[in-house]
Amino acid sequence: MKTSSIYLQNLTDEDFIKLYYFMNLMRQFENSVLNLYRQGKIVGGVYSGMGNEATAIGSAYALISTDYLFPMHRDSGAHFVKGQNLRTMMLQYLGKADSPTKGRDGSGHYADPKLRIYGNISHLGAMIPVAAGVALAIKYKNENNVVLNYIGEGGSNVGDFHEALAFASVLKLPLVLIIENNQYAYSTPVYKQTIARQFSDRAIGYGIPGVTIDGTDVLEVYSVCKEAIERARRGEGPSIIESVTMRMQGHAAYDDAWYVPKAELEKWREKDPIEKFEKLLLDKNILNESLKKEILVKIKSEIEDAVNFATNAPDPSPTENLFKVFMEIN
Amino acid sequence: MPVLSYIEAISKGMWEEMERDESVFLLGEDIGTYGGAFKATKGFLEKFGEKRVIDTVIAESAIVGAAIGAALAGLKPIAEMQFADFVTNAFTQLVNNAAKTYFRWNIPLPIVVRLPSGGKIHGGPFHSLNPEAWFFHVPGLKIVAPATPYDAKGLIKAAIRDPNPVLYIEHKYLYRNIKGEVPDLDYVLPIGSADVKRSGVDLTVITYGSMLHWSLKAADRLYAEIGAETEIVDLRSLIPLDKDTIFKSVKKTGKALIVHEDTVTGGIGAEISALITENIFEYLDAPIMRVAALDTPVPYSPPLENYFLPDENKIFNALKKLNEY
Repeated sequence: MKTSSIYLQNLTDEDFIKLYYFMNLMRQFENSVLNLYRQGKIVGGVYSGMGNEATAIGSAYALISTDYLFPMHRDSGAHFVKGQNLRTMMLQYLGKADSPTKGRDGSGHYADPKLRIYGNISHLGAMIPVAAGVALAIKYKNENNVVLNYIGEGGSNVGDFHEALAFASVLKLPLVLIIENNQYAYSTPVYKQTIARQFSDRAIGYGIPGVTIDGTDVLEVYSVCKEAIERARRGEGPSIIESVTMRMQGHAAYDDAWYVPKAELEKWREKDPIEKFEKLLLDKNILNESLKKEILVKIKSEIEDAVNFATNAPDPSPTENLFKVFMEIN
Repeated sequence: MPVLSYIEAISKGMWEEMERDESVFLLGEDIGTYGGAFKATKGFLEKFGEKRVIDTVIAESAIVGAAIGAALAGLKPIAEMQFADFVTNAFTQLVNNAAKTYFRWNIPLPIVVRLPSGGKIHGGPFHSLNPEAWFFHVPGLKIVAPATPYDAKGLIKAAIRDPNPVLYIEHKYLYRNIKGEVPDLDYVLPIGSADVKRSGVDLTVITYGSMLHWSLKAADRLYAEIGAETEIVDLRSLIPLDKDTIFKSVKKTGKALIVHEDTVTGGIGAEISALITENIFEYLDAPIMRVAALDTPVPYSPPLENYFLPDENKIFNALKKLNEY
């Protein structure tokens, strides 16, 4: 997969600005989620994608609207790229009555069949076979859509990862799997997760392409994902992309990540995906200070609107209708 | 009316549904070219082609997970576990993904997972499993367990058309040992509806799957030897459970024996017993009794397996004791 730069040539200034917008939106959305958690309004676990913005945004941006997105818990921005609106996401995170899951599940664990977004469950890797099944249906129906799914480097040890790739590779299914290697699986560093040179080498075992990319570079993420996605769309089967990033926060909001050396965080802070992209856009005169301000103000007001809307929305009440486990037969 | 074996009836039901609905397809290990370990899908590849009869890698979690994904995208997959025992490898996909989908997302998930189950085929600890109790406890999975060819066809068709995940428990001993009349018609039996397979006024047996046949023999013997008439309720579906039919029969007879091939502790019988005592205790004339397998893995050697499994004699003795109570 080395022809990816051709995909960059097709990006317009408007695309660059959109990428920049979505990366900032993701970070500010997550900041607001964290605030709501600290206020006790969002309960349970809150998982940060700080450091993962280029990977989540660049990959999802490579999809077309009829493609399927199977994001993980550090990919909140991918939902927005795929068309999800902030109010709905905020309702979902707050467990409100009008959220997609009507309060029966939280965070990104919802499905939006219209937008073709299917959230993860907490069992790592469990969505990879499901994503493969959607890819199977695409092939079955002679459609030319693609499924984009994500897993962490830690989650790539789970059996479902391997079963799904064995399954999808043999059947040449249109599935692209991104391994978000963010250095830590909860507290466990990479060297305790594998002795392989890189996680993308796992592709060799399935006879499919596997590449490792700089997950802090949104353009690299976009172009390589685009190449893998278009390859899948042509019917050439699945591939793995290892996107190397850093989890800049703890595993969840309650975890201060004391086990991560300060120097390591400092090193990665210099590669902050948003700052890096912003500098590039400023250098290329695609972005200037006034446009930057305009974008950030827009994001701030969009998030304020979503927070106000969702925090004032009704909580669910335990009616019988919410406790059905079976769809009724007509 | 045509007479089919139990496995032929299952095959017939799947065949008809695949002819009728393009979105129905099969996936599993050795189901295509080989026709399935038990030949349930023999001839399907030739008729429906590789697209709809998919030989998969040996990866049960991927098989069930992919079935879930295909259903999310609008298809109606039938996944075969080669033996019910291997469904343990797909546990998370069933109990965390399939079972929780409608509750969380309010969208249909029409998958069928076929589970060739049960003992008396000398399969030993890893080829004889009755898996129902594990899944009986999980809200969100329907479970059917037919005992006759007629019910087997009607219920596989119902399972395929149901918008929810259905575990279809098919007993391996019945595959070729039980034959029966199966109309060459497009009939569908409702899931969640029990069937009284023998009527009587003195005792009730509540059972399903292979044990229906031993219970019928034991009931005939009880009548021949003692003259007591046993009513036999064949559950056919475990989830949803047809409580009304159970209660109606036990109210009439006042005595209930629950028979299942699965091991006794924490089995289906325990729940049925609790339901009876909670709801119609005042109708009981005797303690509820159970006949089930021993609380051990299924042993391999025939004398040990015979000792382990419930059978006609064990059911007869329990009925006799219950009748005398």
